[in-house]
Amino acid sequence: MEFIHLLSLGDQGWGDEMLRATMVTIMVSISAMCIGLFVSIFGTISKLSKNRLIRAIGNTYTTVVRGIPELLVIYLLYFGFNNAIMSIANSLFGYNQYIELPVFLIAALAVGIISGAYSTEVIRGAFLVVPRGQIEAAKSVGMNRFLVFYRVLIPQVLRYALPGLGNVWQLTLKDTALIMVTGLVEIMRQAHIASGSTYSPFTFYMSAAILYLVLTTASSKALNSAENWANKGVKREKA
Amino acid sequence: MNIDGICISLPKEYLGLKVQLMCDSLPKLLSGIPLTIELVAISLSIGFILAMCIALMRISGSRLLNIVSRSYVFYFRGTPLLVQIFLIYYGLAQFDLIKESFLWPFFREAYWCGILALTLNTGAYTAEIIRGGLQSVPHGQIESARSMGMSGILLYRRVILPIAFRQALPAYGNEMILMVKGTSLVSTITLMEITGIARHIIAKYWTPVEIFLIAGIIYLFINYLVTRIVRYAENRYTPYLQTNE
Repeated sequence: MEFIHLLSLGDQGWGDEMLRATMVTIMVSISAMCIGLFVSIFGTISKLSKNRLIRAIGNTYTTVVRGIPELLVIYLLYFGFNNAIMSIANSLFGYNQYIELPVFLIAALAVGIISGAYSTEVIRGAFLVVPRGQIEAAKSVGMNRFLVFYRVLIPQVLRYALPGLGNVWQLTLKDTALIMVTGLVEIMRQAHIASGSTYSPFTFYMSAAILYLVLTTASSKALNSAENWANKGVKREKA
Repeated sequence: MNIDGICISLPKEYLGLKVQLMCDSLPKLLSGIPLTIELVAISLSIGFILAMCIALMRISGSRLLNIVSRSYVFYFRGTPLLVQIFLIYYGLAQFDLIKESFLWPFFREAYWCGILALTLNTGAYTAEIIRGGLQSVPHGQIESARSMGMSGILLYRRVILPIAFRQALPAYGNEMILMVKGTSLVSTITLMEITGIARHIIAKYWTPVEIFLIAGIIYLFINYLVTRIVRYAENRYTPYLQTNE
């Protein structure tokens, strides 16, 4: 029963480090999801825009980010952000030392931009599901654009988008495993460090897997009840 | 065609990107495509057979088979692909039992570990896609096939599977793209596919943005081809479901 010893809390084992890393994973996922949702507002607006150029920008964003491996996006943004900040600092302030942004920030931004592309698709899809007739009906009873948006579109879009956004959350959670390459100590990085110094890779990667399973299962439970809440009052045929 | 000649004619730097170096490393990065395609093709085909078995186990009605297939899908869909790859490549080496067994030559190779992890991963996702397809077959179709005297394999071959595959086609297309992207993760266990080669070049010249950009464009192009192929298949097999966009 060596693994119990290895995973114990305190100085002897790695249990507390793994739990702390889990907190980091949760924090990065939540920040990334929020960044993603924020990005997806603009993504949706631009993809539904009547202006061809703006629409093209939105389409390029979702196509490129969803068509490139997540690992590459993270690498690109990780190095790209740092390079960009350095060249800005250099040209504006003549500062030519090496600058590194906080890893957490880069990680959350990188995963957030990935998650935003998927959220954009989900929210755009939800907007398109709302029947046109409802919008016309709302206008015909004299609602202005804001009221149509607030009273007719938003309540339905949120309900339609919820299952899809739940999937995006699960995806985001799993994508945070890739930010181990940036050096941020989340679950994967911690498992990597621990297995390196104890020669027990299976123990630690298996605990990492179990921690992810706990996170994904707990969130799918939470998402289910959120969906039930959002759908209360809506009659649904039994699937 | 001599690419060196073209590369030299380019400006050395443009918009802060080392354009000449990007052009120079293009052939090297392109040489990673065969391995990427190979990994995708092998894991998708074995994964598909695996997924068929898992999906059939799930709807078999046997409780034990149901639990086995559910746990399999639960595990592989609930954990990141990276964990699965590391667990197989680094993790299994922890056990002397495996190190001394006849399986070791297999688990020692990053290539086979990568293929195994990718296969098991796509197997779980594809099983869910197939299950969804099978469940979408309208009951009336099965009943009418039965009333014509079809049963068992014939019923599956002529009615259920064709309808299910057509339903599952778009979702499977997404899974294929996920797999193309997933192969980039095996670069972390030393395989020299596109991302692996990119990391190798970067270790030499330290131009991460330039090289990853080119690598990203190559992946984008592969995925573009995959979507075209899937779209073609959709038009061919489900023309009645297509909208004229």
